Amino acid sequence: MRETFTKGMARNIYYGGSVFFFLVFIGLTVDTVESLPKTDNRENLTEEVAAGKRLWEHNNCLGCHTLLGEGAYFAPELGNVYTRFGESTEAIKAFIKSRPVDGIPGRRSMPQFNLSDQELEELAQFLKYTDGIKTARDWPPNIQG
Amino acid sequence: MKYESQKIAMPYFIAAIGLFVGQILFGVILGLQYVMGDFLFPEIPFNVARMVHTNLLIVWLLFGFMGAAYYLVPEESERELYSPKLAILMFWIFLVAGALTILGYLLVPYATLAEITMNDLLPTMGREFLEQPTITKIGIVIVALAFIFNIGMTVLTGRKTVISLVLLTGLVGLAVFFLFSFYNPENLVLDKYFWWFVVHLWVEGVWELIMASLLAFVLIKVTGVDREVIEKWLYIIIAMALISGIIGTGHHFFWIGTPDYWQWLGSVFSALEPIPFFMMTLFAFNVVNKRRRDHPNKAATLWALGTAVMAFLGAGVWGFLHTLAPVNFYTHGTQITAAHGHMAFYGAYVMVVLTIISYSMPIMRGQKAGNASAQVVEMWSFWLMTVAMVFITLFLTGAGILQVYLQRYSEEPLTFMATQEKLEVFYWMREAAGVVFLLGLILYIVSFFVKGEEVVMLEDRVKNQV
Repeated sequence: MRETFTKGMARNIYYGGSVFFFLVFIGLTVDTVESLPKTDNRENLTEEVAAGKRLWEHNNCLGCHTLLGEGAYFAPELGNVYTRFGESTEAIKAFIKSRPVDGIPGRRSMPQFNLSDQELEELAQFLKYTDGIKTARDWPPNIQG
Repeated sequence: MKYESQKIAMPYFIAAIGLFVGQILFGVILGLQYVMGDFLFPEIPFNVARMVHTNLLIVWLLFGFMGAAYYLVPEESERELYSPKLAILMFWIFLVAGALTILGYLLVPYATLAEITMNDLLPTMGREFLEQPTITKIGIVIVALAFIFNIGMTVLTGRKTVISLVLLTGLVGLAVFFLFSFYNPENLVLDKYFWWFVVHLWVEGVWELIMASLLAFVLIKVTGVDREVIEKWLYIIIAMALISGIIGTGHHFFWIGTPDYWQWLGSVFSALEPIPFFMMTLFAFNVVNKRRRDHPNKAATLWALGTAVMAFLGAGVWGFLHTLAPVNFYTHGTQITAAHGHMAFYGAYVMVVLTIISYSMPIMRGQKAGNASAQVVEMWSFWLMTVAMVFITLFLTGAGILQVYLQRYSEEPLTFMATQEKLEVFYWMREAAGVVFLLGLILYIVSFFVKGEEVVMLEDRVKNQV
């Protein structure tokens, strides 16, 4: 780098640039949080859904699955599983319930989590609520997730 | 070694390497589970192994960063560490807390772990990379505060250099943004939005400050290039990192229920994110070319140059590949993401920690540099691990492209599981590359024990003045 570009100038770009863009980021965050009610499906965020989210976390579901594309890439996307399962919470519950304890020889299999009927309902309701979140361009691209 | 207390870095580095081995062993298990779905099932299901793999990575990198700071800061500040005792105490607390957490993952079902650590009181668990029980998270905060206090007091009462101040800024940022891990609202969109305040603002924000300062420190030492020159580079690199990276967080806000404008902002700013990494490559090669001494530690110089190149490829190029919203629409949450994640973490953060270990470990053991044979073994391990990681990334990228086509792009999309079966050949090749990586890591550890004649430091030579 040439002498005309001094260390002082580099330092000023660092301080000025990062402070400026950090403030912009805070502004955008405020705007995003304010506009979320339009998309985040909060009208359907019941206590049952909240309990379902806790179950989702307590069983580390995204250690295998993605949810709206985030998580692990070992098992199917679940952000639209409610749609994929024919908009049936019963089908979701039946699937989770029917997982064999010892897995399937040679294949990937979801563990058996031994959830109670109420817990299954909560988890299914959480997945239904998630499916109702209005993502841009209605992501994921198709029903397969 | 100029100050006795720099030696505190040693246990931190040893712990880091030990946990690194654990991380890679679990990586090999995970790779096998991709092709042999019932491997270790139900004893160690995929989600548990993955949690161990990613959490060990985070913990050992933190050990590496802390060790690096304890080594670097006294030398930069020209004084002993403020409190060596506190540093040793925190080492043991962090190691025990980390080990207990990993054992918890492996020995009891995750739901049981959540129950016995009373996650319901302050639910923070079950989110990617932040799986640690709340009590562990609190422990991390305590260790981080004690660490920053110790480092901060040393920096502020000693000679203040650009390197130590940038490092301190990065470490403070690391601690501050980690606090967002305690915010876990019931609203999934809000949860996801602020989750990225930890994850993105760490790895594509403040960690880059830590990385650049560590790299700058090693480059000053091994090249003898004038500090003024290096500091100017450092400022401009971290300036570009934050200018692009802060709004660049937006590339995670494309498809999670956040406003559409993030598609523009996230695409434009994250497209700039390769720039600081490219500058880091220019910087590293530039100062090595202009070196004023031939430091006997060739291995450390190799790691430093390797870091710059691989960080640019992994974080810069592979990040850019899928960061534009129209592309990311198809690639989000596929093996493309996994490919990028592997090379970026290895190239930027694993390699920078190994760089400073490579430079400082011989000095802490009373030599200028490792003996010639040890360095040869170490450089072999460099190439084995680095080339293996390149292939892991290429195979995962191949898998990802095919996955995107079959599952999301073709006329008749296949289901997720049907697609996975078609990717098997890529997963087998990735596993083979993973085993080579493990061999490289074993060789790396061997390099610390190779005997040979001690190298001597040549008199600093003034290269043909530029």
